[in-house]
Amino acid sequence: MSELRDLYQEVVLDHGRHPHNFRHMDEASHQSVGFNPLCGDKLTLFLRYEDDVVQDVSFQGSGCAISTASASLLTDAIKGKSRAEVEELIAAFLDMLTAESPPDPERLGKLAVLSGVRDFPVRVKCATLSWRTLEAALGGTDEVTTE
Amino acid sequence: MGTRMMPVGAYDVEAVRRDFPILRQQVYGKPLAYLDNAATTQKPQGVIDAVSEYYARSNANIHRGVHFLSEQATAAYEAVRDKARAFVGAADRSEIIFLRGTTEAVNLVAQAYGRSNLGPGDEVLITTMEHHSNIVPWQILCEQTGAALRVAPINDDGEVILEEYERLLRERTRIVGITHISNSLGTINPVREMIAMARRHGATVLVDGAQATAHTRVDVGALDCDFYTVSGHKMLAPTGVGFLYGRRQILDAMPPYQGGGDMIASVSFEKTTYNRLPQKFEAGTPHIAGVLGLGAAIDYLQEVGLERVAAHEEDLLDYATQKIAAIPGVRLVGTAQRKAAIVGFTLEQVHPHDVGTILDREGVAVRAGHHCAQPVMERFGVAATVRASFALYNTREEVDALERAILKVREFFA
Ligand SMILES: Cc1ncc(COP(=O)(O)O)c(C=O)c1O
Repeated sequence: MSELRDLYQEVVLDHGRHPHNFRHMDEASHQSVGFNPLCGDKLTLFLRYEDDVVQDVSFQGSGCAISTASASLLTDAIKGKSRAEVEELIAAFLDMLTAESPPDPERLGKLAVLSGVRDFPVRVKCATLSWRTLEAALGGTDEVTTE
Repeated sequence: MGTRMMPVGAYDVEAVRRDFPILRQQVYGKPLAYLDNAATTQKPQGVIDAVSEYYARSNANIHRGVHFLSEQATAAYEAVRDKARAFVGAADRSEIIFLRGTTEAVNLVAQAYGRSNLGPGDEVLITTMEHHSNIVPWQILCEQTGAALRVAPINDDGEVILEEYERLLRERTRIVGITHISNSLGTINPVREMIAMARRHGATVLVDGAQATAHTRVDVGALDCDFYTVSGHKMLAPTGVGFLYGRRQILDAMPPYQGGGDMIASVSFEKTTYNRLPQKFEAGTPHIAGVLGLGAAIDYLQEVGLERVAAHEEDLLDYATQKIAAIPGVRLVGTAQRKAAIVGFTLEQVHPHDVGTILDREGVAVRAGHHCAQPVMERFGVAATVRASFALYNTREEVDALERAILKVREFFA
């Protein structure tokens, strides 16, 4: 059970149940839809990025606790950040779940609560879905799948 | 096999379990409860032995060698065709085409039959509950020929609405593709009645039998279908092997699906003539070991007795349905009158993927997802379901383990 507790930490469960910035955005400058064909999950990420600052970010969609919490934490983490800072966070997050080296709390801040996903390889795609979608939105791609 | 003694009449599930070596293990320190049989079933020792003995003693290519091993392999391979013929009640051994499984069988029929028989304005009729492999090959065919795909709807219990199905059978309906048993809902379709209706309208009927053959006796003669598809891996046989039953006159009139070795009578650059049935549709070196494994799986199912398997699984279905439905927050998806031992459900406030992860750590293997039936998920307004699917070796104790694990999920996410 303890690995499960590491996966589903209280913070993760909270964000899964009551995600932050869970809303549509009419005035988005960037948006993208992410699919996880494995489970049928789908989320739309909205960004208002102006003057090299993420002015606002939100998301909508249906997903598991891990993907919802990850998206919610993402919105908290990147609001007010510059593009370079956002890109560094994306890299840090993906490293945390896919690289061999242990996660670096300095780079990750609050996002480190999702590090337990490393021990559940089949769930890594749930956690990375919103981050891949963010990458796609910034790169001007409308759609992305985790396959 | 052969060493196990099962008293006539009684179903000794423990004796059956002993034939499946994979079941004797723990995962995460818990006894494995394998409840993902609709995805693929486990293999009895007899099947594993058939495959390994072929490689250890009689490996050779078939239908072409002049030597001892090749003759042996050919005879063993062709003997399985006879078993398969009898297993599904086909009239003639040449009506059995060995393939990779249902997916390849549906594609073969769509391309070899569909492309030469359908044109603009013609229609293919399927149902909402089809697996993607009984949808997409028809979509491809429709794109190639200008035919249209029609879909018979299902009701809230997950049953085909027969009046709607009959209304959609029209003069231009050339092909009807229906599943015998739904992998996502468990529904056992009234295929006999549906085939009779389709044939009254002159349609050619394919039945997707992927979920049926390990759980119920199939008789293609009594069903009177034109095609019936079988996936070996869902009936105790190895992966990558299965077969298509096809009505002889139709197969005879069809052009080949793939060209290559074994499917020809003679080849020259001016003119090639095709082999007779069934070789016409078996181009290339087949999965010989897999076919021998399939033969052993058929023997095993016959020995245990499909009627007794069906009765055992019905008991598990009733027990599991009652236990799971009683858990607060559970919504069953698929509540047909006639069902196979497949229980699909969602749990309030918890995504199926999260349910699956926690069940897994309790040793309970289920599937969480859309089950390659996204239109079904859409019909029921869910992104995914959790699915427990049972086979001949499952027990009531495993249902209890499933129930305990679901209660744990509720606790965890409370
Ligand atoms: C109802 C149904 N049809 C078709 C298939 C596809 O079978 P296979 O993957 O063996 O080709 C499956 C299995 O996933 C199934 O459950």
